[in-house]
Amino acid sequence: MTTNGAGGIWVVAEQVAGRINSVSYELLNKAQQLKNQLQKPEPVVAVILGKGAEGLEQLSNYGAEEIITVFAEELEIYQNDLYVAVLQALIEEKKPSIVLIGATAIGQDLAPMLGARLKTGVAAHCVDVRINENNQMVAVVPAFGGKVLGDILCPNTSPQMATLKPGVLGKPVPLEKPAAVVTAFDPSAVLQEDQGRIKALEIVREEQTGVPLEEAEVIVAGGWGIGSRENWDLVEELARLLGGAVGCTRPVVDEQWVQSEQQMIGTSGKSVRPKVYLAFGISGATHHLCGMKDSGLVISVNKDATAPIFEASDVRIVGDARTILTALIKRIKG
Amino acid sequence: MSLNITVCIKPVPDPDYYDKITIDPVKKTITRAGIPTIINPVDKNAVEAALQVKEKLGGKVVVITMAPPNAEENLRELLAMGADEAVLLTDRAFAGADTLATSYALAAGLKKSGPFDLVFTGTESADGATSQVPAQLAEWLDIPHLWNVQEFEVEDHTLKAKMSMENGYINYLVQMPALLAVKRSINKPRYTTVMGVMKAKKKPLTVLTAADLDVEPERLGLQGSPTKAGDIFTPSLARKGQQLTGETEEIVEQLIQVLRGAGLNLESLNVNEAGRE
Repeated sequence: MTTNGAGGIWVVAEQVAGRINSVSYELLNKAQQLKNQLQKPEPVVAVILGKGAEGLEQLSNYGAEEIITVFAEELEIYQNDLYVAVLQALIEEKKPSIVLIGATAIGQDLAPMLGARLKTGVAAHCVDVRINENNQMVAVVPAFGGKVLGDILCPNTSPQMATLKPGVLGKPVPLEKPAAVVTAFDPSAVLQEDQGRIKALEIVREEQTGVPLEEAEVIVAGGWGIGSRENWDLVEELARLLGGAVGCTRPVVDEQWVQSEQQMIGTSGKSVRPKVYLAFGISGATHHLCGMKDSGLVISVNKDATAPIFEASDVRIVGDARTILTALIKRIKG
Repeated sequence: MSLNITVCIKPVPDPDYYDKITIDPVKKTITRAGIPTIINPVDKNAVEAALQVKEKLGGKVVVITMAPPNAEENLRELLAMGADEAVLLTDRAFAGADTLATSYALAAGLKKSGPFDLVFTGTESADGATSQVPAQLAEWLDIPHLWNVQEFEVEDHTLKAKMSMENGYINYLVQMPALLAVKRSINKPRYTTVMGVMKAKKKPLTVLTAADLDVEPERLGLQGSPTKAGDIFTPSLARKGQQLTGETEEIVEQLIQVLRGAGLNLESLNVNEAGRE
């Protein structure tokens, strides 16, 4: 029922300023796994919209057997009405059975819009997808900040769609396989129908400082228990000493102890999996734990012996975050 | 310029209590007994954004929700915050709706409750957190939208707005009527005053059921939802932990051993650090 055409497992690859977002590779790896679980394997296809993109062969390396490029001046910067019109036209023509999209800012906007156009279901910010015994895609979706996980299916409409959070699938691995066939789709007919209700003017990239959270092997994270902007400097200093990245919880963003909410870890922030995660003054609200649960070694420091973070930790220290941070920094500096 | 502004809000179980949520192992239903219902936090930022537009350019702010009957209380709170009117869409026919069916009912409610130039929502709800309703609502209303908005200005019937994304943002021009899904950092929601609470009692709050709306019944609720829920479970995050005890210096000494054991080369980091300073 869900496969009424040529089928295919599609990944909408994301590019920003011509650079492919690595979540696209994570999704392609997953698409290859889904292919093996289907009763009859379907091709893995990457679709990429933009003005152009560097390193298309990377899409091939991580699992794309076919790449559909949709390149035009008008598509250089993400503009939701144009992107959705192009994808709608492509999907209606080629009828994939599954469409996977990264749950990035762009993907979280594009996917539901596309679902509404196609009157099909979209499972949002999934932590995993698989194929069940009925040959249907099952998406595992967190709710209540990750306290509950639920299976979501889309049995009666096509395609079956899901967005997946960057980082939740783990580091993508290159696959040994032949180079993908690249086909270009001409969007001019679709773009001519643009009603001009929305216009992308410019994209502004913000300079990233320090080690990105997604790539860090060590993360030093702090929460409300750090107590003040002054104390926050200790978190930053320890991260610097350990060559790690700085992470935080929602209250720290609200208090503006950090400059960017890009440092927030949790359901509505980043999903991370460093080798070592140090949590200082973090109580362990469900939505935070959901973002760091895949870390290697978890070390936590909290005044409250009953804080939920301890349950999710390998090494527990009941104590004042500032005191331990100060002593640890002093000890490392020697 | 006088604008009709509508804000969509959602009552949610208080996120501070999510670790208290359990699943009934037999019935496979979520148990949230004793958890208070609050207005979804970012929805207050959406109301604040609407009130600021009204204060600058004039107009009217209507808040609307699709929720059980007791959501009247939450709507009164927003009337006290400064909204002019409230609309509650409540009907058993709406129950079990996924994002597509929810946004369909909301769109019908919006059309019923009068003209609109601007629609505000928050980026996502704290409970389901799909973040899909804003875009889908705009689709049903056939108006342009932006999601994850961190800044905007209204100029005539055009919006200049900034969509926030990972490590940057995109600037857009959007023709009104339009929908903006705003993020928490866009503003600080105002507090309600005693005067506001007094005034709220006299403001109109309309309750609408499915029969009041121009809808196709098969698009509502569970029936109108293309996604179907399967099994639910609570993942275990428990780790077998060890506790470090002693005086601060002793704890730190043990911690250093733990970090070394995890493969961190503290000496080399230390040397590099010293070299840099």
